[in-house]
Amino acid sequence: MKQVFKRPESMTDKPFHFCPGCHHGIVHRLVAEALDHFTLREKTIGVASVGCSVFLYDYFAVDVIEAPHGRAAAVATGTKRVLRDRIVFTYQGDGDLAAIGTAEVIHAANRGDNITVIFVNNSIYGMTGGQMAPTTLLGQRSTTSPYGRDNQRDGYPIKMTEMLAALEGPSLVARVAVNTPGNVKKARKVIRQAFQMQIEGKGFSFVEVLSSCPTNWGMTPVEANRRIADEMIPYFPLGTLKQRDLVDTF
Amino acid sequence: MSEPVKKVFTKGNEAIAMAAINAGCHYYFGYPITPQNEIPEYMAAQLPKVGGEFLQAESEIASINMLLGAAATGVRVMTSSSGPGISLMQEGFSYFAGNELPAVVVNMSRQGPGLGGINATQGDYFQSVKGGGHGDYKLIVLAPHTGQELYDLTIKAFELAEKYRMLTLVLGDAILGQIKEPIVPWVPEKTAGDPDRDWLITGARGRAPRKITSLFLADGEMEKHNWHLQEKYARLEQNDVMVEERECADAQLVVVAFGSVARIVKSAIDEARAAGMKVGLLRPITLYPFPGRRLEALGRQCRNFLVAEMNTGQMVEDVKLSLPGDCRVEFYGRPGGSVPTPEDLFEVISETYEKMV
Repeated sequence: MKQVFKRPESMTDKPFHFCPGCHHGIVHRLVAEALDHFTLREKTIGVASVGCSVFLYDYFAVDVIEAPHGRAAAVATGTKRVLRDRIVFTYQGDGDLAAIGTAEVIHAANRGDNITVIFVNNSIYGMTGGQMAPTTLLGQRSTTSPYGRDNQRDGYPIKMTEMLAALEGPSLVARVAVNTPGNVKKARKVIRQAFQMQIEGKGFSFVEVLSSCPTNWGMTPVEANRRIADEMIPYFPLGTLKQRDLVDTF
Repeated sequence: MSEPVKKVFTKGNEAIAMAAINAGCHYYFGYPITPQNEIPEYMAAQLPKVGGEFLQAESEIASINMLLGAAATGVRVMTSSSGPGISLMQEGFSYFAGNELPAVVVNMSRQGPGLGGINATQGDYFQSVKGGGHGDYKLIVLAPHTGQELYDLTIKAFELAEKYRMLTLVLGDAILGQIKEPIVPWVPEKTAGDPDRDWLITGARGRAPRKITSLFLADGEMEKHNWHLQEKYARLEQNDVMVEERECADAQLVVVAFGSVARIVKSAIDEARAAGMKVGLLRPITLYPFPGRRLEALGRQCRNFLVAEMNTGQMVEDVKLSLPGDCRVEFYGRPGGSVPTPEDLFEVISETYEKMV
């Protein structure tokens, strides 16, 4: 019998610890598929961030460095400057990348550091228990915005993709979602392109993935997927905002 | 026939940068701050010539983390800064300790607190040896007192960092960084760490994947890791204490001082000896590991000690903790904003000697 579906080589067989309906598992798999596609497992170095995705090293069969909260892009810069022929990626949540690590990601992007950043935006702090994130939508309730996010007090949900697309350094800046099979397919393609940019030395590539957090949103997985379509995508529109030409298209 | 010794007339900061490159450090990440700018400037000019890389970071927070990412690959890496920037790096120092990564950081300390001033101080002693970041950790701290020693100890810093998988801090100050004097550059035998170290992050080619982490959630793992770190520190205290002693054998008063103050004390002691006072100097070269056992031994032959620092009393605490309880310890300190002259110190030594001996 022909095997039609299997675990990517770039993943370990350890079961995910993520909550039911969480999108981290899907995003992990898409990244691993991209690494497999280009046969990168043995030359890839992942940089884990602080949050639910800190256990990157348990799930990816690649070398991993764990960065302090928010500093993944700086750590990846240091690694890549030494090992230029290796593939270096960071995997960061919205608290990590868009709050405490804003300076690090903007400057890595602006330098065009030849790394790939996977930015998982679920509009909330997951691991710490559902506090307001910089990407929390207006009116969204969290444990630190119990009456809803108020722009007068908390400002607006930050649009990292739009901000980074304005810079000269990046090779690819895109926002995708994984809430439907169609969106997963599009996300798979864009994440693959992001790694291809790095392989071809085109510089900093960035993919924001709109993601669910059913536990901290207080929703079922199905409701959470629907919320991404109904509330998140209208504010965080999907699409590739910036893209350099690639040598090999697939 | 051996080559004639070549002396170079150079600033202390440049001596450090020169030593680092000669020690095989080909990667430098840093952010400008006075009084250490000659280090990044030298690196920016020279590293491309040896196939290395200089990168100016957006902040000291970024530079210490770039250092972390580079150190994980096993190459020799360095950054440098001064007080305010070193404060920003404390988070990174703690991660270096937890992750057990080797690298060298230079603090050409300036006066504080706050923005302070750009002149010399020793006000960062506590921050350096007691740990400014979170957790139960240590840095190796080296305190040079001349241009040549800045050079020599920078090379030593890389060796110790690799030997113990620890961050090594070279603690200088504005005087040492800015003073220009002749030094003899040299190249160590070993200019790189062992490429076979089993923790290097290089991509899992033909081997099991590795991880660099300081997160230990499983029952008992955190304590085990911390005991492992403490065992390492104990080995360091056993094997790598460095100290200079001058005229301590017959001394009735021993002055304890480090860095640029020790240098000024040397002039004052010469004068005191000329005036018939039996005064010696004990100069800790490693501030951590602190030469506590040596002090304890010395305290059994000489009872009178004077600690001189360019702060209001930091190392003096470690001196008191080390000496036998019946030793007498006087302290002379000047806070950030002033540098004592040899005359000042001679006067203090004379008064102390008269009072104690």
